[in-house]
Amino acid sequence: MATIEASGTAHLEEHHEHHGPATGIKRWLFATNHKDIGTMYLVFSLIMFFVGGAMAMVIRAELFKPGLQLVDPELFNQMTTNHALVMIFGAVMPAFVGLANWMVPLQIGAPDMALPRMNNFSFWILPFAFTLLLSTFFVPGGMVAGGWTMYPPLVLQSGDSFPMLIFAIHMMGASSIMGAINVIVTVMNMRAPGMNLLKMPLFCWSWLITAYLLIAVMPVLAGAVTMLLTDHYFKTSFFSAAGGGDPVMFEHIFWFFGHPEVYIMILPAFGVISEILPTFSRKPLFGATSMIYAIASIAFLSFIVWGHHMFVDGMPLAAQMFYMMSTMLIAVPTGVKVFNWTATMWRGSLSFEPPMLFALAFLFMFTIGGFSGVMLALVPADFQYQNTYFVVAHFHYVLVPGAVFAIMAAVYYWIPKWTGHMYSMKLAHWHFWLSTIFVNLLFFPQHFLGLAGMPRRIPDYAVQFTDWNMVSSIGAFGFGLSQILFVIVIIQCVRGGKPASAKVWDGALPTGLEWTLPSPAPYHSFTTAPDVK
Amino acid sequence: MRVIRGDDGRNAARARRCGIAGALCLAAFGWATSAAANTSNGYNLPLGVTEVSRDIYALHMEAFWICVGIAVLVFGAMIYSLLKFRHSRGAVADTTLSHSTQVEIIWTLVPAVILVVMAIPAAKLILKMEDTRNSELSIRVTGYQWKWEYQYMDAAAGIDIFSTLARDSNFARQLHSGVDPNTVPNYLLDVDKPLVIPSGTKVRLLLTSQDVIHAWWVPDFGAKRSAVPGFVNELWFTIDPGKEGIYRGQCAALCGRDHGFMPIVVDVRTPDEFKKWVADQKAAAQPAAAADGRTADGRPTDRRTAAAQALPN
Repeated sequence: MATIEASGTAHLEEHHEHHGPATGIKRWLFATNHKDIGTMYLVFSLIMFFVGGAMAMVIRAELFKPGLQLVDPELFNQMTTNHALVMIFGAVMPAFVGLANWMVPLQIGAPDMALPRMNNFSFWILPFAFTLLLSTFFVPGGMVAGGWTMYPPLVLQSGDSFPMLIFAIHMMGASSIMGAINVIVTVMNMRAPGMNLLKMPLFCWSWLITAYLLIAVMPVLAGAVTMLLTDHYFKTSFFSAAGGGDPVMFEHIFWFFGHPEVYIMILPAFGVISEILPTFSRKPLFGATSMIYAIASIAFLSFIVWGHHMFVDGMPLAAQMFYMMSTMLIAVPTGVKVFNWTATMWRGSLSFEPPMLFALAFLFMFTIGGFSGVMLALVPADFQYQNTYFVVAHFHYVLVPGAVFAIMAAVYYWIPKWTGHMYSMKLAHWHFWLSTIFVNLLFFPQHFLGLAGMPRRIPDYAVQFTDWNMVSSIGAFGFGLSQILFVIVIIQCVRGGKPASAKVWDGALPTGLEWTLPSPAPYHSFTTAPDVK
Repeated sequence: MRVIRGDDGRNAARARRCGIAGALCLAAFGWATSAAANTSNGYNLPLGVTEVSRDIYALHMEAFWICVGIAVLVFGAMIYSLLKFRHSRGAVADTTLSHSTQVEIIWTLVPAVILVVMAIPAAKLILKMEDTRNSELSIRVTGYQWKWEYQYMDAAAGIDIFSTLARDSNFARQLHSGVDPNTVPNYLLDVDKPLVIPSGTKVRLLLTSQDVIHAWWVPDFGAKRSAVPGFVNELWFTIDPGKEGIYRGQCAALCGRDHGFMPIVVDVRTPDEFKKWVADQKAAAQPAAAADGRTADGRPTDRRTAAAQALPN
């Protein structure tokens, strides 16, 4: 039993093996185990996905036909604002943190995250932050309705919900920063002997780089929203021309955070896809080193493109040129990744289990989102696209069949490892096909709407936009309902199912330390460091 | 047994993927070749009525076709892999095919070159659009929550128009109004008093706002710019002679509750008709001004006072 480490560790090890996880609510409130915390993040994010989804249903229900049928325009704006805040900060980001918590220690052969108690705190901040945010629905004046981008002076017209929003954002930011610190310290210090950085799986690489992005930009968001707060309550005039300030300065500060933020939401997705495609192609990832360089280049470039959100705001000529070039430049490493994934499949031996289906759907549809991104980078064309549904279509393509599908692919890939059970392939296939068909019905027509002239963030529209809005809304209802299947698959899998082997995907080629553990992975795994050749 | 059932499902899946890819290509072609016109056909940008809008359209289509070309290649390779390299059909993976520096260099440099090719006409067009010199008519545009004000300068100085959503649209759009939007002409795209401008004239807008950030946008002009409180943004356009008529646009920056209900209508007239209109407007304003120093709308005729009132102090 005794290991090379101090006998104290060995004693603790035996102690744990006697007692296992705590029981009842204490297990979760005081969790320090990366698996439990990962589970909590994932469950939380799934709940938030439905909350944000419900808001989207309100939006698409109102937009089903021209004319106002259901909600006051102010409430509509509250829905669009909070749909984005909940999806970004409550669904996508926590889901990726949950995946990091579960998989990074397993993939690097570490017993847990480096800072388990801070890990617990990072998670438990989130339910508080979102209770605060969602409770603004009940506050006089309602939720903040100035868009998730919170541009002043409009956002300063908000009522009592405004400071609650700011405080919630501060809390979410603190949670993200601490989570990012944990990832970096874990990856840099706790890799098993023999696992040098270049041997580390792509998912861990993508999270290492994402963690640096988080630490760099979440404080900037904190600064921006604090300046909003002081402008509103303490007579500063950062964003008011009357006092010598500039509303456009907020846009600069916000988007300096905002653009890396969207890469924070997609880089871990890239990591997931780079894990799944090779497994079900039975072939190593093509150009793994290039893929790492590509992620690093994308992360670096993400800091110098923020102006492309502001082309129409009266930007000087030189800045327009610069931001156009830098934004187009990001297409190069992103393209390299798409080509490398394709080359991974090329001359492989492909099978189409649910994780692979979602990964393939990601590959196709993220690329479509990338194409509209390149078009948006062209400044003169952007003057027609800005603040229209063309932009909405672009970012939803990269976020929904992009990031969200990658999260679903990851869950379908790793949940047998987490629970020890296989899930219903039939239900998973239904979930996949319904989601894919409806997500395209939902977002593809929005390209047409934007080009035809429909602005975004409007609750009602001119009658020439009726048909595509109707199709999009039908897609939305279908997509939303299809996600119930996902919940059923997960719940059934947690409760039981055909036992999963250690390798889970027999016949495929899963590489990585996580597949050397039994399924379910033991509560404490890699208490002794594994051998990495 | 399992293999056969899986195969059926995969054949259906394959057929579906081919079908989707084919449909997408057809759709792209149909979309692109449907007649571009002054206004949008419902799928695509409008060709528009200014040289800038036409240039934007051309740039957009160039980018679109390049993307389609790349998509055909990339999606083609993906679809080919899905069909040809199937485990269920006995494909054996070539595990040695895992890196190639040569190929990586090619597919880094080629896209970079393609991007440069796209950037050149874009950069030229930016230069053209930023050239606000030698405008012939300037109009100060102020965004309010939730309407536009147009104050003419130069030869038409003194004309001051507030432009608000038309009454019938405003009534119909109320929650539970009971009015079918399809019965309202130009629903949500109509105002009481449009902006009137001459064709064939370089018109320059000086955009600002009285309260929050708005944005002025008429798609058929290829013209959009934010209206930021406390600052003045310039935006110019020259409507092609012969393209007189009514053009409609909307506010393009979230500005509060009625962001979707403050449209823009531009009435483009020939230069002669415009001169006549200006003269008529000034004549109409005269008698009231003579009486009490105020315009028919009740605002002071002293332009400096009005200017000072329009901007935050």
